[in-house]
Amino acid sequence: MADKKWMPRWFYQLASPRWCYEITGKLLPFFAVAALLLLVAGCVWALAFAPADYQQGNSFRIIYIHVPSSILAQSCYMLMAVAGAIGLIWKMKVADMVAKCCAPIGASVAVLSLATGAIWGKPTWGSWWVWDARLTSMLILFFLYLGIIALNSAIESERTAAQSTAVLALVGLVNIPIIKYSVDWWNTLHQPATFKLTERPAMPAEMWVPLLVMVIGFYCFFAVVMMLRLRNEIIQRERRSGWVRDLIAG
Amino acid sequence: MSFESFADFIDMGGHGLYVWMSYAIALVVIVMNIVNPLMQKRQIFTEQARRLRREKSKS
Repeated sequence: MADKKWMPRWFYQLASPRWCYEITGKLLPFFAVAALLLLVAGCVWALAFAPADYQQGNSFRIIYIHVPSSILAQSCYMLMAVAGAIGLIWKMKVADMVAKCCAPIGASVAVLSLATGAIWGKPTWGSWWVWDARLTSMLILFFLYLGIIALNSAIESERTAAQSTAVLALVGLVNIPIIKYSVDWWNTLHQPATFKLTERPAMPAEMWVPLLVMVIGFYCFFAVVMMLRLRNEIIQRERRSGWVRDLIAG
Repeated sequence: MSFESFADFIDMGGHGLYVWMSYAIALVVIVMNIVNPLMQKRQIFTEQARRLRREKSKS
């Protein structure tokens, strides 16, 4: 590795399962506390203190679950594809593990996004579901997650499973910009994005500040679950190495 | 507070069922995501500890 000086040191440390196990053990409590505080504060704010929407009334409060879960479902997919690519290119074990851990978390938040979307659609559009571009592409995202989980569990060899799921994840990456721009490209019932990088949100601060709290809370929650799963995966795969034996014999 | 009373808060202007159902599903998803890896961790540790004991008794 000495000839690859252009890569920062932490990149190689990250490649060591043992180092990852130790650093995630230190980081976990902070993210757990942050996730708990942000989600509880965000929920109370969202449910009781944010003003009702002048058109949608109180059903609009579903946005505080729907938007964070949708954002997280997509971010999680991108992380899975990037980690899978790193695993493919640099044969980094930890990256393979991260990619594998992303799939079940992403699938569950995609379900949450679809379910809250359907529940919100009923009072707002009068229908649980419409075959509209945004909803359909989100459903495809969920199916991609399921496909990746199934493919991963169908292949015996860890290495081959990681490689095939990484390729599938990378191919499915094309769906992410489709989800993002679906509301601009096609006529749709779905309202446009709440948060944009270049503009201020169209809603007043009393509405979007709690939403931002929820989004950050969901990311912290994701970090917690990711680290919990990753640590299990590390122990499982490194079970024959000395440090894991010592850890288990404790 | 954007509600007059607790009953108002529960009712959510007639949309109570939709709003509370969304938050309940969110709670279930979050709790399941946390509990699942914790149970898996316990299972891995007991399994590996048993394997280690078996190897020790063999040698």
